[in-house]
Amino acid sequence: MLDTLQRDFRSIAPAVDFCALRFVEESSEYLQVRQDVAEPPQLAVSRGAMVTVIHDGGLGYAATSDLSRGGLAAAMDRARRYAKLTAGRSVVDYGAMQMPRPNGAYRPGVGRDPATLSRRDKYDLLAREASQCRVDDRIVDWEANLWTTTSKQAYLTADGGAIEQEFHFLVPNLSATAHASGQTQTRTHAGRYNGFCRQGGLEILEAFGLEGAGRAVGEGALELLAAPNCPSGTMDVLLMPDQMMLQIHESIGHPLELDRILGDERNFAGTSFVTLDMFGSYRYGSDLLNVTHDPTRREQFASYAWDDDGLAADKQFLIRKGILERPLGGAISQKRAGMQGVANTRACSWNRAPIDRMANLNVEAGQSPMDELVAAIDLGVLMRTNVSWSIDDSRNKFQFGCEYGRMIRGGKLAEVVKNPNYRGISATFWRSLSGVGDASTFEVMGTPFCGKGEPSQVIRVGHASPACRFSGVDVFGGES
Amino acid sequence: MRAYFEELAGFLESRARASEVIISRMSAEQSDFIRFNESRVRQATAVKQVSWSLTLIEGTRRIDACVSLAGRADADREALAGLLETLRLGLADVPEDPFLLVETNAVASESERRGKLPDPEQVIDEVLAAGRGLDLVGFHAAGPIHKGFASSLGVRHWHAVESFSFGWCLYHGRDKAVKTTYAGSTWDSAAFAARMRFAREQLARLGEKPRELAPGAYRAFLAPAAMDEILGMLSWAGFGLKSRNTKQSALIRMADQDARLSPLVTIRENTREGIASGFQAEGFVRPPDVALVDAGRLATPLVSPRSAREYGVATNGANAGETPESLDLAAGSLAQDEALAALGTGIYVGNLWYLNFSDRSACRLTGMTRFASFWVENGRIAAPLNVMRFDDTAYRILGANLEALTRERDLLPSTASYGERSTESVRTPGALVRELALTL
Repeated sequence: MLDTLQRDFRSIAPAVDFCALRFVEESSEYLQVRQDVAEPPQLAVSRGAMVTVIHDGGLGYAATSDLSRGGLAAAMDRARRYAKLTAGRSVVDYGAMQMPRPNGAYRPGVGRDPATLSRRDKYDLLAREASQCRVDDRIVDWEANLWTTTSKQAYLTADGGAIEQEFHFLVPNLSATAHASGQTQTRTHAGRYNGFCRQGGLEILEAFGLEGAGRAVGEGALELLAAPNCPSGTMDVLLMPDQMMLQIHESIGHPLELDRILGDERNFAGTSFVTLDMFGSYRYGSDLLNVTHDPTRREQFASYAWDDDGLAADKQFLIRKGILERPLGGAISQKRAGMQGVANTRACSWNRAPIDRMANLNVEAGQSPMDELVAAIDLGVLMRTNVSWSIDDSRNKFQFGCEYGRMIRGGKLAEVVKNPNYRGISATFWRSLSGVGDASTFEVMGTPFCGKGEPSQVIRVGHASPACRFSGVDVFGGES
Repeated sequence: MRAYFEELAGFLESRARASEVIISRMSAEQSDFIRFNESRVRQATAVKQVSWSLTLIEGTRRIDACVSLAGRADADREALAGLLETLRLGLADVPEDPFLLVETNAVASESERRGKLPDPEQVIDEVLAAGRGLDLVGFHAAGPIHKGFASSLGVRHWHAVESFSFGWCLYHGRDKAVKTTYAGSTWDSAAFAARMRFAREQLARLGEKPRELAPGAYRAFLAPAAMDEILGMLSWAGFGLKSRNTKQSALIRMADQDARLSPLVTIRENTREGIASGFQAEGFVRPPDVALVDAGRLATPLVSPRSAREYGVATNGANAGETPESLDLAAGSLAQDEALAALGTGIYVGNLWYLNFSDRSACRLTGMTRFASFWVENGRIAAPLNVMRFDDTAYRILGANLEALTRERDLLPSTASYGERSTESVRTPGALVRELALTL
């Protein structure tokens, strides 16, 4: 199909300053077992292409699910008309852009191919672990699911650029909900809301630890049910990677997106407290904070070799020893802002235009083993597994909540607490970073559902992090 | 588009074996999306897409697949025939589903709402002219949406709508802006200009020195756009039968402990007056009206076909997530133009943003003020507000602390377009609240 697409594209590409075609074919399967009942499988194949035309300084996009020669030609006409309508009336002279002309292929491989396990065997595996969650009658809901996706993508430019990329994604989930005496608590395994999401195959299930996890999840829900509410007060927090991923995402990732800083998202996703003049000098966090955009970690959810404008992707520091160095902005935003960024212009699918998105955004591991991080806390809470997130449209004032908390008193882990929440301000929170875990505490997480853009887009992002300690944080629990 | 749908659905049904049920669902749109920033165009995109969901049922086994199609019957017939064979092969590996339920009565419905949509050139011309000299950032989405349902059991539904939505902000600076939405089926340049004039007048107020509030409880008026956000949270996790029976509903204290909202609060799923289609994915027709909260008491849950089977009750045409698509909060008696006087001294919240639960079982919500929110003294706007975080329960905001709802209501169509343009909407009044807890 790609050969035909390439031939058709090159033969009908109009005589314009720049023309590109981005093809995406994404096939997925979603299986779920809930309360010991297998739900019908959900299969999907989303296939289509988007044409980009730049001409006389204007820019137009047109997407179509009709991949015939006629369908592509119609899309080109629409994109060309938009380029004409926006020429001289756009936020930047797109004609001044030197768009990449990439060539090559990226196919990291699937690992242990999920197709080698039959659908029935997958259902059996999910059913076995989910059923183990029901350790007693207070478990009122329990489920396991598995979501596998293969994405084949091509990007062609009329002036000879041609790349192909192929990705394999796997997302498992396992959760149990307990209820008694008017209280409900849910515990999930290794990350809620699809937080344990990676590229690869069935080996991800082993990393997730699905086999044998069911009983522990059920017991974890009951443990929370019996636990007291997290206390209120100013204290230290020790955030584990399945909460750090959210902290990174909301209060580093989004504020560093260059299109937000340039104002594109102010009508919906919001702006940023970060301004262009901060790069190179602003102290974002303590000396311990090192943050990278890293599309090279193959198993991570948003690894790739080129972004959707064809810009080659590599690892870059965004924050080094606490100092802000560069934003998350692709080729067009870099031109508009006049500064270097990273290869992160991305679209969620063929039917949406690419915009600046965080991809793999990671906190680099530090030097502290877990016991040292705990021992340094006189009064604090260890928090695991994000369950609630809210932040203002400048990505500054935030409030986050977790499934699981455990008090730390006198440098030792103490009782479990439920409904742990904390709030802070991004501009100062990261400066309270007082301990960064070593590689033994480092975990690779992410989310399939980062929402942004107009029209709306949800996209895959990855966040890897060690456990991190923050000092003097405003902590509180649930309603009594 | 309807002829295309009928032809392909009929083709698939002609291939159904005696033991099979075949269901087709089509969702198609032809959309223009134009983004603006700094009163210029940022991105303009045209999208033409057709997606087809095919369901194959044999006995109590079911398998579903959703695929993109070209939108041309001659090309798509072969693709769908191949997909049907794939599903037949796949069905062998699918366990029996005890909760399978689809519409088996040969019901039919149709709804078509034609409009007069603007050409993209007209939109760009009018928006750039209106935004001259201002910092305008906005988003225009327009075009026809088609949804079809057909099953080999004789069910037929059709829903088509032509609509546009233009939402924009006029920025004073940083995070201070006036947000306005103009949506409908027929673009009226004069109506757009009038809204723009009103927004410009509001913008002038944002130039004053902003008021920074200390955390605490404040008397508040929540404009309809802010109420939309609060109702959205209740919709996410409040009204479904499954969430109620698995004790995960945010309104579980209303279900199990007779907790109540104010008697002023009556919430319905009002399909009759909404924009969404009158049918759902298994072919059931939605009733025109479902009472979700009746004068402060939890009423009827939304019941999907799956939950209907699981819990042994009748479905009321809810979607799989059991979330409302045409939510309606009944009007109150406070005249909109008397809202500030009734507020007296307190905060006028134009919009809320990024809500989530800080304790779901207690329906405790947190979120941020956004856009044009003001400090009000003695019934007059005194200063714009710097953004503040609230953290409070729905039982207080819409319960003990709710003083009044406005007589006038806004119909707020969803501007979401994840994968495809949404047809959901919320109709809500504004709310006067005795106190709202601000925390940061």
